[in-house]
Amino acid sequence: MTVLEVIGLRKLFPIRKGLLRRVIGQVRAVDGVSFHIEKGETLSLVGESGCGKTTVSRCIVRALQPSAGAIRFRVGDGGAVDIAQMPKRALKPFRRHMQLIFQDPFSSLNPRMMIGDIIGEPLLVNGMTDKSKRRERVEALLELVQIPGAYLNRFPHACSGGQRQRIGIARALALNPSLIVADEPVSALDVSVQAQIVNLMLELQDRLGLSYLFIAHDLSVVKHVSDRVAVMYVGKIVEVAATGDLYARPRHPYTEALLSAVPKPDPRLRAQRIILQGEVADPAHPPSGCYFHPRCRYAVERCRVETPELAEVAPGQWARCHRAAELTLKGVG
Amino acid sequence: MAETPILAVQGLKTYYHQDEGVVRAVDGASFALRAGRTLGIVGESGCGKSVSARSILRIVERPGRIEAGSIVLQRAGGAVDLARLDAEGREMRAIRGAEIALIFQEPMTSLSAYYTVGNQIGEIIRLHKGVHKAAARKRAIELLAMVGIPRPERRVDEYPFQLSGGLRQRVMIAMALAAEPRILIADEPTTALDVTTQAQILDLLRGLQKQRGLAIILITHDMGVIAEMADDVVVMYLGRVIECGPVDAIFHAPKHPYTKALLRSIPSILARPRDKLATISGSIPHPYDRPTGCPYHPRCADFMPGRCDVAMPAMRAAGADREVSCFLYEEVGA
Amino acid sequence: MRATSAISGIFARLAPWRGVAAAPSAEERIAFATQFQLTWWRFRKHRLAVWSGVIVALFYLVAIFADFIAYTDPHATDARRSYIPPQAIHIFDADGSVSPWVHGLKGKRDLKTFKIVYSVDPESKLYLRFFAEGYRYDLFGLIPTTTHLIGVADGNAEDGLYLLGTDLLGRDLWSRIAVATRISLFIGLAGVMVSLFLGVLLGGISGLYGGTIDTLIQRLIEVIRSIPTIPLWMGLAAALPNDWTTTQIYFAITVIISFIGWTDLARVVRGRFLALRGEDFVTAAELAGASRMRIIFRHMLPSFLSHIIAATSLALPAMIISETSLSFLGLGLRPPAISWGILLQDAQNIQTLGIAPWLLVSAVPVIVIILAFNFLGDGLRDAADPYG
Repeated sequence: MTVLEVIGLRKLFPIRKGLLRRVIGQVRAVDGVSFHIEKGETLSLVGESGCGKTTVSRCIVRALQPSAGAIRFRVGDGGAVDIAQMPKRALKPFRRHMQLIFQDPFSSLNPRMMIGDIIGEPLLVNGMTDKSKRRERVEALLELVQIPGAYLNRFPHACSGGQRQRIGIARALALNPSLIVADEPVSALDVSVQAQIVNLMLELQDRLGLSYLFIAHDLSVVKHVSDRVAVMYVGKIVEVAATGDLYARPRHPYTEALLSAVPKPDPRLRAQRIILQGEVADPAHPPSGCYFHPRCRYAVERCRVETPELAEVAPGQWARCHRAAELTLKGVG
Repeated sequence: MAETPILAVQGLKTYYHQDEGVVRAVDGASFALRAGRTLGIVGESGCGKSVSARSILRIVERPGRIEAGSIVLQRAGGAVDLARLDAEGREMRAIRGAEIALIFQEPMTSLSAYYTVGNQIGEIIRLHKGVHKAAARKRAIELLAMVGIPRPERRVDEYPFQLSGGLRQRVMIAMALAAEPRILIADEPTTALDVTTQAQILDLLRGLQKQRGLAIILITHDMGVIAEMADDVVVMYLGRVIECGPVDAIFHAPKHPYTKALLRSIPSILARPRDKLATISGSIPHPYDRPTGCPYHPRCADFMPGRCDVAMPAMRAAGADREVSCFLYEEVGA
Repeated sequence: MRATSAISGIFARLAPWRGVAAAPSAEERIAFATQFQLTWWRFRKHRLAVWSGVIVALFYLVAIFADFIAYTDPHATDARRSYIPPQAIHIFDADGSVSPWVHGLKGKRDLKTFKIVYSVDPESKLYLRFFAEGYRYDLFGLIPTTTHLIGVADGNAEDGLYLLGTDLLGRDLWSRIAVATRISLFIGLAGVMVSLFLGVLLGGISGLYGGTIDTLIQRLIEVIRSIPTIPLWMGLAAALPNDWTTTQIYFAITVIISFIGWTDLARVVRGRFLALRGEDFVTAAELAGASRMRIIFRHMLPSFLSHIIAATSLALPAMIISETSLSFLGLGLRPPAISWGILLQDAQNIQTLGIAPWLLVSAVPVIVIILAFNFLGDGLRDAADPYG
């Protein structure tokens, strides 16, 4: 059952210049993104800085309003509702079903609130005014994320990065959402702590039947967490596939380059790597045709002229590349 | 290897004396760097790797101080112990930049926003080579070309904010190499960069090393980067070196329990999809709360009560070019 | 209403969740310390700021107990006692006991100018006493009493005690300074309250809503700040009707001063709001469904309460200086009101200063309180935001 379906999502940011702040251009942060997430599934959105993945995550939870496109969200067994252009007031009943986990454990918790109150706030704001009931629920949540109950009265500054991230997860789970959007949840953590949080998230998914939209730039973490992976480049999705397929046999040259660039933790694998030339394209002035063509080693004339569409190259594998069918690209492991 | 290391750190202790207590940032670390090779120092936060680098260059901020140990640098005129030199003195300043250079993680904050790129590189050239402005600018353009910046004659007059993260890091490398040092210390040089940019920078460093015979100390928490770049590896935990050896041996035959646990817990692109990660129980202790004895014992799967929590194991040889600081290996070998 | 419960939430010494053990060890104390406690601990380390705080508190004590500290009616004039220099206090009595006394004064008519010239009379001795009798006044404006902090053993303080000398009209300077403290410090306080209200309101609206309203308010602030202050004051003060009572003028001056003062605070508040709007925890609260009101009062306001306190303690000295300057120039309060500025008016004339240099003493409390407030404000600001 599809929990979330995103169709043609676009988000443009105006570029203003001059005394009167006239709009002279648009930053195409998200430029026609479509994907879906099934119940209990994890879809990862990967890409480098500026690719638009964070903007997508903010649009889906409606922290930002999309410029165009549809975000069809299904609550429980009901029908899917398009929340993309819903006015803020009407959104409130939907907000509890999708929550966000933030990247920075240090700024995602209000330093002036006790842990118990931080986790209890979503409950309070959504009608659970009975303090003892709230306390019960908060304690249950703390247990879920493996934080001792004594932390109820503590303040965030007394907690480590890993603990704060767990508290953020507990807060996100307070309202029993069906979809969790995790925006780089482990990037700011130490390696050994990353492992703990990743395992926790996998466990919670099994126990509670959660669906995750996992935003990340670290392809190694993504492999451990995802069922399917979508690769973004300058506002567009360039490849979507099941995790195993994407890593073993990528269909888009950018994916190939990304996989090749990730340092493998084995000194015996220092094979020749594909080193991409140039810089990531500027979302305010993207190249003509295929956005990736200036850096692509397989580019031909058609790539410079015509923008490719996302097409199903193999069962379950979609790629936005004119030559996807004919290229044999190298994967990992 | 009989060859003398170009830089030998022995028993380095750098402590920070705060109001609340003493933070033993580096608590007896020893490692050696050989000419033309890359030494990788790896560890998580609080392990003391960055402080070690700053200690070598004598730029530890107050209230930090080098309490003990030696840092012996082999120079043209003989060996000199950097720990004994006056940190602000002429000799140390001559060494910084001309013998040992340092590049940082965040190029935006380590490059001055008020001066052009060419000006900043030129300053180093003028400082150490004593040439005049025009010659320095010419050399700066050459350096920018050497680090792979396209159209260097234009970029030399740009300000850091006009460059992307990858270009800024290249500028940092150019600055570091301006005075032609023999040793380059890179402190998390690619952590703040995208993975494709990281690949470019690491590639650049490897190329420069081959070209100029640089010895590199590469500090990072990323085991993948270590596997890619290092020849020898030093693993640090809570201010101590707990294991060191050639990179292949460290990855394929780790000895210390922490090294083993760390290798198992890192997410790997070679893993199977949705594989769970092995975790290390517990967390890194608070700096004021150091465990007695071996710093790793509260989290160690092979903890031996009565030994590990009582005394600190010394670094002992454990094979060719290998050293480990662990009681498990005390019985074996001399 | 929701807002009131949200407002009471700001003073977040929340009742800790019951049943959870309170903190035992020192390290634990830090874990359970509220932001307020952490700020207080940081502030305590700042010696200079703490002492400045003590000085400020002492000044306000003087202001509250002004009449008690004075010993001569500050309004009573006596031309015969004009320009008497400050007396030396002798601590030890002739027999070596600790019994402070001063020489009395003897007046003699100078036959040339027909003026009475006072000189120290080595014969007469006036013993000083604490809690002596003096002129009648109302303590706190309610309780009539005649007890003062210092006075002479027998007789009237008016007859002999002139610790800091007298002015042209024979009024004792010590008493006048004490009473002036009250007006100068409280006018500062009143002005800051008005500034605070305007600053937080307009700064908050500006930062929270952004857009056109923000632009308008910011431009307004810039216009106000660009007006040269002294000519503005002169214009406004001159516009005040001559026949207003001192009290009316008092409040008018307050309003005039705070008309300028709110701009600083507004900009600080706006800056903080803008910074806070982008914070992750604010976004998290929005995504949980929290109302606008709750976000402002529960999440944003506590974050910059400490900044407001710091900015206020730096705004107070500005108010005090404003009033002192205005009154010194004759544009603010007018006699018979007593403030530091009015006292300093008497010291404007260089010839007067030649005859009676002790009149400049009135400047000392101004300098001390301004410095004290500045150090206090700096200390508060550093404690509230060590990284800002």
